[in-house]
Amino acid sequence: MNHISPVIWQFFVKWLTNFELYPPEASRIAPQMDALYFFMVLVSLIGLTIVILLVTSFCILYSKKRHPVAVQIEGSTLLEATWTIIPLGLFLIMFVWGALIYFRVYTPPANAMNIYVVGKQWMWKAEHPGGQHEINSLHVPTGQAVQLTLISQDVFHSFSIPAFRVKREAIPGRYTTVWFEPTTPGTYHLFCTQYCGTNHSQMIGDIVVMTPDDFKKWLAESTSGASLAQNGERLFASLSCNACHNGRPDARGPNLANVYGSKLTLTNGQTQTADEAYLRESILNPSEHVTQGFSPIMPTYQGQISEDGVIALVEYIKNLNSNYRVDQTLNTTGLLPEGEGKVAPAARGSTARGMVKQ
Amino acid sequence: MSSTIVSLPDQSTARIPKINFITKENGLLSWLLTSDHKRIAILYLISITFFFTIGGALAGVIRLELLTPQSDLMAADTYNKVFTMHGVVMIFLFLVPSVPATLGNFLIPLMIGAKDLALPKINLLSWYLYIAGGILVLYTMISGGVDTGWTFTTPLSTHYVNTNVLTTGMAIFIAGFSSIFTGLNFIVTIHKMRAPGMTWFRLPLFVWSNYAASILMVLGTPVLAIALVLVALERTVGIGVFDPTKGGDPLLFQHLFWFYSHPAVYIMILPGMGVISEVISAFSRKRVFGYTAVAFSSVAIAVFGFFVWEHHMFIMGVSSYSMLVFSLLTMLVAVPSAIKIFNWTFTLYKGSITFETPMLYAFGFMGLFTIGGLTGVFLGTSGTDIHLTETYFIVAHFHFVMVGGMLMAYLAGIHFWWPKITGRMYPEKISQLAAVVTFIGFNFTFFPQFILGTLGMPRRYAAYPPEFQILNVFSTAGATILGVGYLLPILYLTWSLKYGEIAGNNPWQATGLEWQIQSPPLTENFLEVPVMDHDAYDYEWLERQKEKEVASAG
Amino acid sequence: MPDSPAIAHDELETGHPAHPSYQRHHFATMDQQADATSFAMWLFLLTEIMFFGGMFTAYLIYRNWYYPAFVAGSHQLSIFWGTLNTGVLISSSFTMAMGVWYAETRRKQGLVLCLIATFVLGLGFLGIKSIEYAEKIEKHHVPGLHYSVKSFVDPASDKAASEYGDKPLALDMARHTELYFFLYFAMTGMHALHMIIGICILGYMIFRARAGDYTDGHISFVENFGLYWHFVDIIWIFLFPLLYLISRHA
Repeated sequence: MNHISPVIWQFFVKWLTNFELYPPEASRIAPQMDALYFFMVLVSLIGLTIVILLVTSFCILYSKKRHPVAVQIEGSTLLEATWTIIPLGLFLIMFVWGALIYFRVYTPPANAMNIYVVGKQWMWKAEHPGGQHEINSLHVPTGQAVQLTLISQDVFHSFSIPAFRVKREAIPGRYTTVWFEPTTPGTYHLFCTQYCGTNHSQMIGDIVVMTPDDFKKWLAESTSGASLAQNGERLFASLSCNACHNGRPDARGPNLANVYGSKLTLTNGQTQTADEAYLRESILNPSEHVTQGFSPIMPTYQGQISEDGVIALVEYIKNLNSNYRVDQTLNTTGLLPEGEGKVAPAARGSTARGMVKQ
Repeated sequence: MSSTIVSLPDQSTARIPKINFITKENGLLSWLLTSDHKRIAILYLISITFFFTIGGALAGVIRLELLTPQSDLMAADTYNKVFTMHGVVMIFLFLVPSVPATLGNFLIPLMIGAKDLALPKINLLSWYLYIAGGILVLYTMISGGVDTGWTFTTPLSTHYVNTNVLTTGMAIFIAGFSSIFTGLNFIVTIHKMRAPGMTWFRLPLFVWSNYAASILMVLGTPVLAIALVLVALERTVGIGVFDPTKGGDPLLFQHLFWFYSHPAVYIMILPGMGVISEVISAFSRKRVFGYTAVAFSSVAIAVFGFFVWEHHMFIMGVSSYSMLVFSLLTMLVAVPSAIKIFNWTFTLYKGSITFETPMLYAFGFMGLFTIGGLTGVFLGTSGTDIHLTETYFIVAHFHFVMVGGMLMAYLAGIHFWWPKITGRMYPEKISQLAAVVTFIGFNFTFFPQFILGTLGMPRRYAAYPPEFQILNVFSTAGATILGVGYLLPILYLTWSLKYGEIAGNNPWQATGLEWQIQSPPLTENFLEVPVMDHDAYDYEWLERQKEKEVASAG
Repeated sequence: MPDSPAIAHDELETGHPAHPSYQRHHFATMDQQADATSFAMWLFLLTEIMFFGGMFTAYLIYRNWYYPAFVAGSHQLSIFWGTLNTGVLISSSFTMAMGVWYAETRRKQGLVLCLIATFVLGLGFLGIKSIEYAEKIEKHHVPGLHYSVKSFVDPASDKAASEYGDKPLALDMARHTELYFFLYFAMTGMHALHMIIGICILGYMIFRARAGDYTDGHISFVENFGLYWHFVDIIWIFLFPLLYLISRHA
C-alpha cells in the first residue's frame, strides 16, 4: 500500500469503519419510520434500476450502428396506463403509510409526561414539571411517553432529534406538540433545524436518555426547590389573578379548578376544550376567549409575562384540582381591602405589598 | 455506418450566412435597444452565465467551509450570508430565467413559425428588469449582504436581522416582474402567433412545457411580490401582519411565500423537461413516445403544482387534515413526472440512437431527475418528511432536481441549439468529456448529502458534529470535479465562437421549424410565413423533404 | 422564392403587402396584433388579481379571527366619502368607456374630452382618498406610526365610534384594529398606486389623442388602457364593501 498516500488511506479506513446509513433507533417510532423509509428506498431503487436497465439496453440494442433506421411508434395507451397506474398505486401506499406515522408522531397519548420547551435565539430551554430547568439538553427516561410542548420566544426554531425520528417547529405565539417514547439509554443529538439567524448552528444540545431509576435520581439532584406549578402559583398571586379567579360564587372570573381538559362554552357560543393553547391564549388575548356568563373585563398580559411565565401559569392551572390553593394564596396575601373580590385597579398594588409584608 | 447523425456542410466552401441577426446591426446600442427576441436571448445568455458564475463561486465557498466541522474558514454570520446569496442568485437570477429566457426566448418564435414574440418591447423590458434586479443583488452583496436565507422566514426577516433585507426583497420583486413579463409574452405568443397549420398538437414539446411554466410564472409570481411587499412594510413600519405579538400570523407568510415558491420549482424544471423531449427525439430519430401524454403531463404538473405548497409546512403545526390533502396532492404531482421519464425511455425503443453531447446530458438528466423526483416522494410522504425535512436530505433532493435536472437540461439545450444560435459547432470530444465529468462530479457532490440528511445533519449549519465530516469531505471533493465540469463548457463554447466548424442549417437533421432556416437565423426568422403541414418530430417528412431538394437540384 | 436573402430584411423592396404604419411588422395582420395585445392585457390583469389576492386572503383570515376589531375599525371609515368616491370612480369608468367608443368611431374631440374627464375624475378620487387618509393620520390610526387605540377602548371619546354606539373593546382586541387599518392602508394604498399610474398614462394619452393618434382606426392602446382602468375600478368595487360596508350595523 505504499503508493497510496497515508492520509487518503486513513481517511478511507475511517470512512469504512464509521460508515452509517441511518442514525440509531432510540425511540418507539424510529423503527416504524425506518420501515417506511426503507420501503421507499427499495421502491426507488427498483424504479431507478428499471429506468437505467431500459435506457442502457435500448441504447445498446438501438444504437445507430445496430439499428440504422428508426421505427416510428406513436405511443401505447396500455403501456402509458401501466406506468401511470403502478407509480400512482405505490405513491398512494406511501401516502397512507406516511400519514399513519404522521398522526402517531403528533398525537400524544393521554399518559404522556409533559415537558415544556422554549426556543430562543440561540438556545433551548426545557422545563420539567418538577421545576428542573435545562439549557440545551433534555433528560428523559426510557419506557415513558414524553410529550414536548414547544414555543418560541422570537423566531421559528425547530426541535429535531434524529435518533428519535421526530421534529417539530417551535413557533412564536402558539404551542406545538410532539411526543416520543425513548427506548435505548444514551446521549443523542438535538438540533435546531429551522434557520434562525447567526448562531443557528450553535443551537444544538444533547438528549440524554436514562433508565427510569437514573432519571428519578437525576430529577432529585437537579431540582431547583420549587416545581413549575409552584412557580406558577407565585406568579398567579403576584399578578393578582386570584382576585377574580378565586372560585367563590360571586367571583368575577371563572373558577379555574379542574378547568383544564374540560369543555367550555364561550360567549360567542362556540365550545372549546381548555387545553394548553387555550389557557395561554386566554392569558394573552383574554377578550376573545371569555367563557359564557362572564364579561370581558380581564386585562391582557401580552408583553407583561415571558413565555416561561406563561408556561408556569398554565402548568399551575393545569394542576389546580381545588380552590384550596387559591384560597391559601388569598389568605396569605391578606383579605382584599374592599373584600368580596371586587378589587379596584389601584388596590392591586397594595395586595402585592401585602404579600411581601407577611 | 457512422455512429453520429451530425451532417455538416463541406467546411472548405461553407460560410456563415453574411446576413443574420447578429451581423444585421453593429454597435453596443443596437444590442441594448434591440427588440429582436434572438438578440435579447443572447443578452440573457451572457447575463445569466455571469450570475451563474457568481452563484457557483458562492457554492464553492460553502463547500470549502463545510470541509471541516468547525466554522473556521469564516464566521457563522458570513456563512449565513454566503448561502443566502447562493440561494437568491441561483434561484431568482439563474434557475427561474435559465431555459425560458435564453432558449425559450430564442426558440419559441422560431418553433411556432413567428417573426418575433408578440410583445418585443416588453421582452426587452423584462431583460432590463432582470438586470436591475441583478444589480440590486450585487449591491446587496457588496454592501454587507443579507442573512435570512432565500426563504425570508418571518419574523426572522422582519424583526430579528439587521442586514439588507429590503434591497434583496426589492431585487427579487423586480426580477419577479421580469419573469411575469416573460411568461406573459410566451403565453400570448403561443396563443396568437402560431403559423398556419401549427395546431396545438403539432407544437414541439418544448413549447408545451414553456407554456405550462409560463402559466405558473404569471399566476404565482405576483403572490411572491405581495408577500415581499408585506415583509418590507412589516420591517419598516411594523404593521404587525406577520407579528404574533400584534395578532398577526407568521404562518401566513409561509403560505404566501410557498404559494409562489413551490410552483417556482416547476417554473424551473418544466422548461428543462421540454429541452429533454427535443433532444431525446432528435438523437433517437423518433417521434416522442406518447406525445399527448407528455404534453398534458406538463400542464398537469402546472395545475397540480399550485396546490401542494403546504408540504413545506408539515412540521410547522398545520392542521393534520390539511396535511392529508396536501400530501395526497403531492403524490399526484409526482405521477406526471414519472410518466415523462417512462415516455422518454420508450422514445429510445426501436430508435436509431447516437450519443452526441446533448444526448449525454439528457441521459444524465434522466438518471438524476429520477433520483430527485423519487426522493421528493420521501418528503411528500408526511411521516418520513418529519425526519428528513430541514436536513441535508432536502438539500440533496432539490439539488438533484434543480442542478442534476435543470442544469443538465440547460446544458443539453445550450449544446443542442448552439449551432443554431451561433452558426458554429462546439467541439464534440471535449464536450462529451465535460458531460461525463459533470455527471460524476454531481453524484460525488450530492449523493453523500442524502446519507448526511438521513443521519440528521441539519441544513444551513456553519458548524456540524464531527462524525459528519467524512461525507462532507466527499461532497466537497465532488464539488471540485463539478466545478471543472461547468468551467469546461464556458471555455470551449467561447472558443467555438471563432474556431468551431460551420454548422449549416440543420446539423442534427432535426425536424423543428427552427432547423429548416439558416443558422444563425435572419432577424425576421422566416422569409415567408411557414405553413406547417406535418406533425412535430415527423422524421419521414424530413426525409421526403431532403429527397425533394436532391431532385430539384439534380 | 421571390425574396433573395440579401434584401429580405428590407420590407419595402421585397414588395410585402403594404400595411398601416402602426402595424408592428412581426404581426401578419392587424387583427392578430389587436388580438394579441388585448390578450396580453387580460393576462396582465390576471397577475394583478393574484397580486391583490394575497391581501384579500390576509383580510379574510384576520377578519375571521378578530371580527369585533374589524367591525370597530370599519366604523371609523366615512361612508359618505366612500360612497362619493365609488360614484366618482364609476363615472370615470363610464367616461373611459365613452372614450373608447369615440376612438372607435374616430371622433377626436369626443375622445379628448372623455380622456380629460377621466383624468379629472381620477384626480378627484385621489383627492377624496387623501381627505380620508388625513383624518386617519390625525386620529393616529396609521399602523406603526404612533398608533393609538383610544377610539376603540374608549369609544365615547370618539365621534365616529359613538355614532354607532360602539361598546368599548378590551385592550387586546382593540390592539387588533391595527391589523384592520394596516389592511385598509395596504389595500387602498395599492389601489391608489394603480390609480396614480393610470392617471400618468392618461396624461400621456390626452397628449397623443390631441395629435390624432387614436382616431385613425388603431385603438388598441385606448382599448387596453380602458381594460386596465375598469380593472382598477373593479378592485375598488370589492374594496368598498369589504372595508366600509359589510361590518357596518348600527
